[in-house]
Formats: sequence, C-alpha cells, structure tokens
Amino acid sequence: MKRHELIVIGAGPAGLSAAIEAAKAGIDVVVFDENARPGGQLFKQIHKFFGSKEHHAKERGFRIGEDLLKEAEEVGVRVELNSTVMGIYENKEVTVRNGDEVDHYKADKILIATGAAENMIPFKGWDTPGVIGAGAAQALMNLQGVQPGSKILMVGSGNVGLVVSLQLLQAGCEVVAVIDAAPRVGGYGVHAAKVARTGVPFYLSHTIVEAKGGDRVKSAVIAEVDNHFQPIPGTEKELDVDTICIAVGLSPMSQLASNATCDMALMPKKGGNVAILNEYGETSIPGIYCAGDVAGIEEASSAMIQGRRVADHVALSLGYLTHDEFEQKYDNATAALNQLRQGMFSPANKGRTDLTVTDEGYPLSMSLLKKGYMTEAELKAFPAAQNSAPGIHPVIECTQNIPCNPCQDACKFDCIKVGADIVKLPEINTESKCTGCGMCVASCSGQAIFLINEDYEPGYATVSLPYEFLPLPKKGDKGKALGRDGSPVCDAEIVSVRSAPAMDKTQILTMKIPLEYVHAARFYKA
Amino acid sequence: MSKIVRTQKKEPFVPQPDDDMIICRCEEITKGEIRKAVYDGMTTMNEVKRWLRSGMGLCQGQTCQRLVQNIIARELNESPAEVGMIQGRAPVRPVEILTFSNNKTDVKEDE
Amino acid sequence: MRIQEHPILSEYDKGREVHFTLDGEDMSGYEGESIAAALHANGVMIHRYTQKKHKPRGIFCAIGRCTDCVMIVNGEPNVRTCITPLEEGMTVETQYGASTKADWEAKQK
Repeated sequence: MKRHELIVIGAGPAGLSAAIEAAKAGIDVVVFDENARPGGQLFKQIHKFFGSKEHHAKERGFRIGEDLLKEAEEVGVRVELNSTVMGIYENKEVTVRNGDEVDHYKADKILIATGAAENMIPFKGWDTPGVIGAGAAQALMNLQGVQPGSKILMVGSGNVGLVVSLQLLQAGCEVVAVIDAAPRVGGYGVHAAKVARTGVPFYLSHTIVEAKGGDRVKSAVIAEVDNHFQPIPGTEKELDVDTICIAVGLSPMSQLASNATCDMALMPKKGGNVAILNEYGETSIPGIYCAGDVAGIEEASSAMIQGRRVADHVALSLGYLTHDEFEQKYDNATAALNQLRQGMFSPANKGRTDLTVTDEGYPLSMSLLKKGYMTEAELKAFPAAQNSAPGIHPVIECTQNIPCNPCQDACKFDCIKVGADIVKLPEINTESKCTGCGMCVASCSGQAIFLINEDYEPGYATVSLPYEFLPLPKKGDKGKALGRDGSPVCDAEIVSVRSAPAMDKTQILTMKIPLEYVHAARFYKA
Repeated sequence: MSKIVRTQKKEPFVPQPDDDMIICRCEEITKGEIRKAVYDGMTTMNEVKRWLRSGMGLCQGQTCQRLVQNIIARELNESPAEVGMIQGRAPVRPVEILTFSNNKTDVKEDE
Repeated sequence: MRIQEHPILSEYDKGREVHFTLDGEDMSGYEGESIAAALHANGVMIHRYTQKKHKPRGIFCAIGRCTDCVMIVNGEPNVRTCITPLEEGMTVETQYGASTKADWEAKQK
C-alpha cells in the first residue's frame, strides 16, 4: 500500500486543475485516470469556449486541455493513466486497477472528479448499430478523424447537441435535422444560430420514435409530441439518415461517492444523483470531495475553478495554506464561479421555459428558441444588432444573457462594451472608429458578430462573417448568400478571405451583396 | 434510502405495446420485465437490479440506470428521487476475476 | 469515411498504416487509433451479437463506458474496441454472446 496526501480520481478539467493547485501548494498528490490519455473530454472539444479571459474564453477546448497538461507537467503532477479506481473503502483506502493487477492506496484526502455519463432515451431500435451518443460522434470525428456517418439526425438541442451538430458539419457530414422533445431549444441561441444558418432544420416538440434498418440505421422516424412528451399519432416523419446521434444531457458519474457511502441526493438542477456537498465541495465524509460534472453538470470552465477551490481547502486542512491565504483564494474562486453561474442558462434557471425577456428587458427571440434562428423583425429590439454607422461596422446578434465577454477585449478601439457584469449583452459605441479588423468577429465564441458596410459600392454592401468550414471559399468566388435560416437570399461574391493566428482558425469571409439584403444575409454557400 | 412503503401491486399486470423495448442494453432487460418486476413487489433500484440483473452487466448501469429509475417511478406513480439510485459498489468498473487474484494488498511497499 | 481535411484540426495524430484481420478478412488502419475507428473507417458497423436475443450491436459511446463495442481481439473476448489501440497484425473477431462464432454455433447444437 502507498500513501498520498491527496488522491484525485479523474484527470479531466476539474481533477487536473485541483492537482495543479495542490502541487503548487506543496501537497503530495497523485491523479488516477482510467483512460490512456489525460484531459477528460476536453480534447474532443474543438469549439471556442465562453466566459471571460480568466475562464479561458475564446480558447478551443483542446487547447485548454493542452495548457492544463503543460501546467501539470511544470509543477510535477503525477498522472497515472490506464489506472481505474475500483472502489473507495473505509479510512480513505482506494483500490486501483492497473493492467491485470490491483493496487491499494491510502489517502488523507480524496477528490472525486469522475465527470459525467451521457443520458440516453430508449426508443424502438435504439440498440441498432448507427445509433450513437453525441460523445461517440465527437470521439470518432475529433480524435480519430473518422466521420461518424454521412447523414445524421441529432436528437437533443442542448449545448452538446448544438455543438456536436456544428462539428459534424465541420467534419463534412450532413446534419439532416436537430430535434428536441422540449418546446424550446435547450442550448445557447448563438450555438443554434450557427447550425441553422447552414440550412439545418430544427424540429422542436419532436421526439425520435424508431430507428429503422435492423443491422444498421437506414432511417429514423420522428414525431411531434404533446404536452406530456407523448408522440402524437399521425405526425410521424421518416428521415433518410444512416446515423442517429443522441445528445439528451449528462448525468454525474457519482458511483464512487455512493460507494464511499457519502450522503447522496437526486438533484434535477445538478443533472442527477450527486453527493451532498458543503460550500467547500466536501461530501458528508470529511476529507472526501467532489468537483466538476460529478458534483453537478456545468461547463468545463466551472469545473476547473471548482477543482482549484477544493485543492485550496485541502491545502488549508493539511496546513499548507493559512486561513487568510485560503479565504482570499476561496473568495476569488467563488466570485469567478458566480460570474459563470449567471444568465438564462445558469444552473438555477435549468429547465425553465418561462423566460420571455433578457436582463435588459428586450424580448427574447421566440424564433431562435423554436427554430434556431432569429427573424429580422425580432432583431430590431436589440440595439447592437441595429448598428448602422457609416462605413464598416459591427452588428452583434447576441440576444441571450450568457456569461461571456471576449468581444469587449477583442476591439482595440473600445467599440464594444460588455462591462463588469459579463452576462450583460454587448453594447456598441457608435462614436468609436471601426477599422474592420475582424478580431471581434473571430473572438465571438457564438459567432454572432458580423461586420457590415452599407457604403461599399453604390447599390452594394459587404457582410463579413466567421467561417469554419472546408472547402474555404476564395476571393472572386461567386455563390449564394444565405439567410439566418439557411435559405438563399441573393447572389454573393467573395471579396476577401482573411485569417490571423490570433483568430485561431476562424476565417473571416467578406461577401459583396446587393445593399437591400445587408440585414438578411448571414452565411455563404458556394 | 427509499421512503416508498413496500406494497405488492394487486391489480393485474397490463401489457403495453413497447414492453419489448430493451432498456438495459448489457443484460438485455426489457421495459416490460422491469414493469413486471414492480408488480412482483420490487420497488427500489437495488431490488430491481438484483431481481433482473438490470444494471449488473458489463457497463454497470451507466447507460440504463436513469431509464430503469424512471420506469419504476412511473409504475409506482412516485418521483424518481423516491425510487433512489443503485448503491454504488466496488468494483465500479468491470474487472476480471484474474485481476482480483493479483491483489497486491499484502505486498511490501516498493517505494 | 475518413476525414481528409478539417477546418479546425490541422492534422490528426496518425500512426503508420497497419494491417489487421476482421473474421479473417484483411483490413488496414493506422497504428494507435482505436480498433473501433479503424473498423468504422472500413465500413464495419456490427461488432457483436448479443447473448440473449442475438441482436447486432456496434459503437455506442466510444469512450469505453457502455461496452457495446466489445469484440474478440487476439483471442480475448469482451475487449472494448473503442479504447483499445490498433496494432499491426491484430486478429479481430465479431463476438457472439461472449464467444467466437464457431463456439457460439457449437453451443447452439
């Protein structure tokens, strides 16, 4: 048996962050992870994250993973891979399976950071090959470089369903539809808008009824649901797909906490069965902690802060931090967490469908919540989307209160302001001179910022938009400008394609279109 | 622990059209079998697990646990919270018996 | 099925090309990728047939949790192909229950 001051179970964002913080404090820490690679699910995340700079906003998930691993190495964190924690016993004894052997470890403190498992919905034929979890789709396309399928139905419009839909499009797959049994799109409107503008239809209040095909998925039957989420007979539609991707939420993987006999509770706002925690992330068993998704489903950015905060408390109780040092760290971490836990998608608002206005009092776009895109009429309520300054200038179609502010830092000319409360919608200072650099366009994780120039040429305007697909259009290419719903609105000519290292693979396409379509055209199709 | 008072259902079991739908993929337990288990007097997750082996297969209930819970809750007309969850038990991951025989607890510290 | 070019990921971490067999048939993939990914790229959807109902199963979670993708690899059953790296010369067999097809058929008699 070996003894460590802190054993961390799981090398995802929460576990790694905790281990880094613990090692920095001088704690003897070891991390066990059952996988061959550390980083949890971060390396499957190729989209830019939300939040503010301190939360790694506008960084892509896999780069955050790379940064964490680098930091862990620098401070000498030991990560034991292919090491499955099998159980937690009395007196904080932990059994770890490595290969075909079982090792015993003893810890002073244990952090359970085992993350989450995907939820599933059963339907006729859901065990047919070709029905996969959204995480499986990500693993195949983003880690292994293999398309999960060619024609895909996405079941679930939460952030996972929306993000994975976009990633499927980026991997060259066709997303036939996004469906959700709920009456409203569950994830960020900006994520939905990215998918909708490519032409993917959204069917809200729809569920999957059957996967047909037997040996492999050949089609999917969907149907509209009533208020009790029961399919309405006669509303069935059969979709020609070869893959059905399930993204209906995550559940905390809390078996180890339950095994350790921590007090547990089923908490829907936290996504499932979780250990009951105090304000320091400690369970009912002193010295056993939970952080990250296992403590309640949230974003990776929250998991990282929670992990560090637990490590600080461990450091305090083991005598590596003074009370004052701890208090300061704790207050900072809690303030950062509270920043991330605001807005209409906060844990407290989870599952709410009664919100009708933003914090600013602007009416929420119902079209965005039902179909994944905003109408021009609805956007009129949002001042930043209606900017009509002369020459090139940004319009910001950010219409939901999400804790995020990289756009503010992106503009060197202070054209965009979010303010101290990062959940507020960005405002545009029309006095400031926009140079059309495009940094705000590339920095917006929601891809909701466009540059428009209504004075480009007599009768013509330009729209510059973020673009993350292949093949990349070239200057001089002619094609169609698409509306927010993905339908063609007019002819378009590409007048420039730009990128910069700071834009991190987001390209800025500028298309020339007839002036009258400047408020309608938001995407380009060759 | 569940607060549900154990009562055996007296009314006859009424089959439903989707009773043959697989719920526990590993052990191939159907919705009908789980509903029947409730009629046979199994009202908690742990009881149903031991009665049917749902959640005892290779994946250890990772996929089906919430689904089984919801089916039991609906049959009993209770909230899922009342039905509770499976008690987590070691090993929380499937481990071959051979591996257990290589338990190193009595080996001297090698560091 | 393989993604040749990706707008965000500049290159995938691919090993050298290796050969393996599925039920005796030659296939190729890249060393170190998951066996499941290599099979998927070869168009293989069915990894096993279940014990009780003899239903086909394939990749489901792809992160080693659900165990639906288990196959017989180098003679060993119940290998999670989604997290097991592909190696040169591997023998991969479709799993029937917990057995090979031959053993399964023998048991049915």
